[in-house]
Amino acid sequence: MVGVSPAPLRLVVGDERAVRPRPGARVPVVESEAQLRSLLRGLSGVDAVGADARAAKLATRSLKRETKRAAIDLALSMVDLTTLEGADTPGRVSSLCAKARRPDPEEPDTPAVAAVCVYPDLVATAKAHLVGSDVRVASVATAFPSGRASRAVKLLDVADAVAAGADEVDMVIDRGAFLAGRLGEVFDEVVAVREACGPAHLKVILEVGELVTYDNVRRASWLAMLAGADFIKTSTGKVATNATLPTTLVMLEAVRDFAESTGRLVGVKAAGGIRTTKEALRYLVVVNETAGSAWLDPALFRFGASSLVNDLLLQRRKQRSGAYARPDRVSVD
Amino acid sequence: MSERLDVRKTYKLLVGGAFPRSESGRSYEIVDAKGRFLANVAQASRKDVRDAVVAARSAQRAWWSLAPSNRGQVLYRLAEMAEARAGELAEQVGRAEGLRAGEARASVGRSIDRLVWYAGWCDKVAQVLGSQNPVAGPYFNFSVPVPSGVVGVLADQASSLEALVDAVAAPLATGNAVVALASETRPIPAVLLGEMSATSDLVPGALNVLTGRTGELAPVLASHEDVDGLDLGGAEDDLAGELAALAAETVTRVLRGADPRDRSLKRLRAFVETSTVWHTIGQ
Repeated sequence: MVGVSPAPLRLVVGDERAVRPRPGARVPVVESEAQLRSLLRGLSGVDAVGADARAAKLATRSLKRETKRAAIDLALSMVDLTTLEGADTPGRVSSLCAKARRPDPEEPDTPAVAAVCVYPDLVATAKAHLVGSDVRVASVATAFPSGRASRAVKLLDVADAVAAGADEVDMVIDRGAFLAGRLGEVFDEVVAVREACGPAHLKVILEVGELVTYDNVRRASWLAMLAGADFIKTSTGKVATNATLPTTLVMLEAVRDFAESTGRLVGVKAAGGIRTTKEALRYLVVVNETAGSAWLDPALFRFGASSLVNDLLLQRRKQRSGAYARPDRVSVD
Repeated sequence: MSERLDVRKTYKLLVGGAFPRSESGRSYEIVDAKGRFLANVAQASRKDVRDAVVAARSAQRAWWSLAPSNRGQVLYRLAEMAEARAGELAEQVGRAEGLRAGEARASVGRSIDRLVWYAGWCDKVAQVLGSQNPVAGPYFNFSVPVPSGVVGVLADQASSLEALVDAVAAPLATGNAVVALASETRPIPAVLLGEMSATSDLVPGALNVLTGRTGELAPVLASHEDVDGLDLGGAEDDLAGELAALAAETVTRVLRGADPRDRSLKRLRAFVETSTVWHTIGQ
């Protein structure tokens, strides 16, 4: 769907996991808050120690040679190249777009990244610089990153981004309402934003660092998917705890279970704090071992990152030349 | 009463101010000059080299941004630390090099004196290597020595401390960060010097000490693009040629065949670049 399609990747040691929807699988229609509540309560709790241990175990797996090369290219093609700073300028966004189209000009076969992620007011700028490429424009919206605004304001924010040409919208859920137990409110908001998005893909940011427990992460994942999210995303990158391997594992389990019981495939985006190739490859292993190889695709898994790209490019060069590359050989942004 | 158990020391790497075992988990045996078992030391891998270069790169800016006199004080403190542990150093130098106790103590003494000598140079090297240049125009034009950046040091294989101190302290004095590859068969004094540097207010990562197989690690260091200078003091002629070729691929400044007993400014000169600045007069 996006960018250059990567070489087939085999990360699996044991059997390949494939999602098999149950017969008659469909997305349940949520009609009342009580029904939603009982649906989410019905989810089994997360074995927190088990999730940590599983993630730690998978993190020890090592990818070598051609598998590593393929994984680096795949990871590159999954990156949402992000700049979400108060100091963003049109110039900065245009240089980011140039980098997104051609991450390493000295190595023309380097795949393009999946998308550029900016604030709504810079969507038009990004769109203009990405004409003629497959790189999509994602925009954060709904009073990112805190989500503390009235629904009317949030929907206007979304409409603004979509009108400016955003292909994907990254919304934040109202963590305050979620933690206070007002699940219906959170659900309705995601549904409303989903409608406001029109053809644009909707990524729902759970901000796992503020949800405290894995059980909450699992419930919020299901809530977002039931409300129509195309992607569930770990975090904004603006709080102390961002994406971690175990929380991403819990979210991947949720999309796998959701796919099995409803037949709908939802993507996962890990964002914030992923800076090195080593970490990124660990995520890919977890994706493959949890959700299955179908998710090893930019259409279903993304990295929200900025500095990660440079490390991927350096590692890519290292794989080619055999010598460790110099960090200032790739653009610093 | 039961006999007290020995508390044996594990000699580890120094990378970024921390003391990790090798990323690979390997270690190898060190024997003394008479072939008796001395210790197990960490056997670094190419990934340890990479980690050390990353640590050195980030430390170099902080180290160079210190006032030159401050860098001198830090190196002087390293000498103080070495003086306090001179007995331990002398024992290890003696066993590694097969020296008698008096000779080993003298060697350690000379090493410490060299540290003090380099400490003194930190805030003087700019006067000696820099210049004010006459130009035709209303400008001040001056040239100042600036550090090359990250310097890889292949420590002398025979002289376990003295040659190492020269090879390491000179680039540090001029503001470089150092990744030192200790003598393959006599690495312990280098590890001790690394430990002392960690208690000398040296910026963590400005000095990194790796122990392991020279033939395995040196090509990785030489071919690393982010290494700006390479001291090939500890490489045999064949290996040195090969390493110099690898270093040339990535435009690395190379110091070959420096005499370990050399007492000139050659080493201080080896890893500096010249930065020339024009400045208008009278405004």
